[in-house]
Amino acid sequence: MKAKTFEEALKEMEEIIEELEEGNVPLKESLSKFKDGVELLKFCNKELKEAEMSIQKIVDKDGKIKLEGFE
Amino acid sequence: MTEEEAESKLQIKIYSVDEIATYIKSLIEQDKCLQHIWVTGEISNFRCSNKGHIYFSLKDEKSIIDCAMFQRAAQHLVFTPQDGMKVIVEGYVDVYKPRGSYQIIIEEMKLTGQGELYIKYLQLKAKLEKEGLFRNEHKKPIPKYPKTIGIVTSLEGSVIHDIIKVTKRRYPHVKIIIFPSLVQGNEAKHTIVRGIEILNKINVDIIIVARGGGSFEDLWSFNEEIVARATYNSKIPIVSAIGHETDFTIIDFVADKRAPTPSAAAELVVPNEQEILGLFIQLEKRLCKQTSKVIEIKKQRIEYIISRPIFKRPHTLIDEYKQTLDENAIQLKQIVINKIDILKSELKGVDGKLNALSPYATLERGYSITMKEDKIISNIKNINEGNIISTIVKDGRIDSEVKRKNEGQNI
Repeated sequence: MKAKTFEEALKEMEEIIEELEEGNVPLKESLSKFKDGVELLKFCNKELKEAEMSIQKIVDKDGKIKLEGFE
Repeated sequence: MTEEEAESKLQIKIYSVDEIATYIKSLIEQDKCLQHIWVTGEISNFRCSNKGHIYFSLKDEKSIIDCAMFQRAAQHLVFTPQDGMKVIVEGYVDVYKPRGSYQIIIEEMKLTGQGELYIKYLQLKAKLEKEGLFRNEHKKPIPKYPKTIGIVTSLEGSVIHDIIKVTKRRYPHVKIIIFPSLVQGNEAKHTIVRGIEILNKINVDIIIVARGGGSFEDLWSFNEEIVARATYNSKIPIVSAIGHETDFTIIDFVADKRAPTPSAAAELVVPNEQEILGLFIQLEKRLCKQTSKVIEIKKQRIEYIISRPIFKRPHTLIDEYKQTLDENAIQLKQIVINKIDILKSELKGVDGKLNALSPYATLERGYSITMKEDKIISNIKNINEGNIISTIVKDGRIDSEVKRKNEGQNI
């Protein structure tokens, strides 16, 4: 699995499915691709669920930038 | 005399009405000056069609020109035009052939009450457009799944809360970084520019520049050239969301995407979690379906191979060989027997011939053979008197001593 970001993971998964759809994949390879696909799905789910919403505001004072919580 | 005859006699070309109208139309369409104009005048004879198109005449003390503003453009009007209003219109001149009239097709219209500021807006817009700042090829794609969203807006008012509310509802997994800026007044433009620059340094995935509704003057900061240029120079895609749906500011043309309102900007930028989960389920289904399809195809091939007769009844092949072998063996046996028979009969013939030639048969007939020391005597010269010779007759041997030899005498 090469994907690092959510977007890449989704793209890679699309590619895997497309390759499988072409139907010329040897059995062993198709099973490993299936495994990759499942891993990617897990990764995406994790990426999605793990990220907590956070809100910060920038304090730009005397040329110095600071991040502060908002609300 | 027909038209054609007149034509050929006088050597002139007689045109149809439409040919002339089309020619005039093309002349006007080719005129660069008439294809982008700003005209000021007073509205008269205002009419509105039920499809939302508006028609009126623009006049001054000396002249009058028909105008049309189609629904696509008219929907953005922030005031209701009325007869007697003084306006500035932006558009182009077109010929309406069915009525033989020329008219201004209006893209934008403002009240002249807003006067100089509006002209400034139009001038800057024309300048930046000419420079190519609005071109589509400069627009950066909006990321589908941003992790961090930067917002340049005021902390006062409902705008920031609207954006946060929509974000929470759609996708509560992003990081929001707000740059609190002024959105009105002389200083506002500098804080907006600073916000865009700082968010570029922090490296957020997308920037929303937003402001709530207000008058043309209230929204002026977003028509400032430095704001437009900062937006153009941003490495990070920018979505503009200034005022209401009907408000257009310069930043809207430069931004990578314009959202009609701040809430709409959040809708546009933040993905929908439900949709993503739906996408996951869809992808999972497709993945499983495709994999089992691959397996199914291989299975079918195996089944096809297994179903071939050779695998179904493998002994048939052996049986066939066995049968052939048996048949061959029988044939071979027959051939050998035949051969033996032939040889046997050949041998018989030879035996008879052999018998006929044998010296013993001669003995039977009364002849004898005379030998000396086991050699047949066929010549008298080899015999001397006193030699012991043997005479073989049919039923025995007689040994005798030579008494006398008579050469040349047979009997």
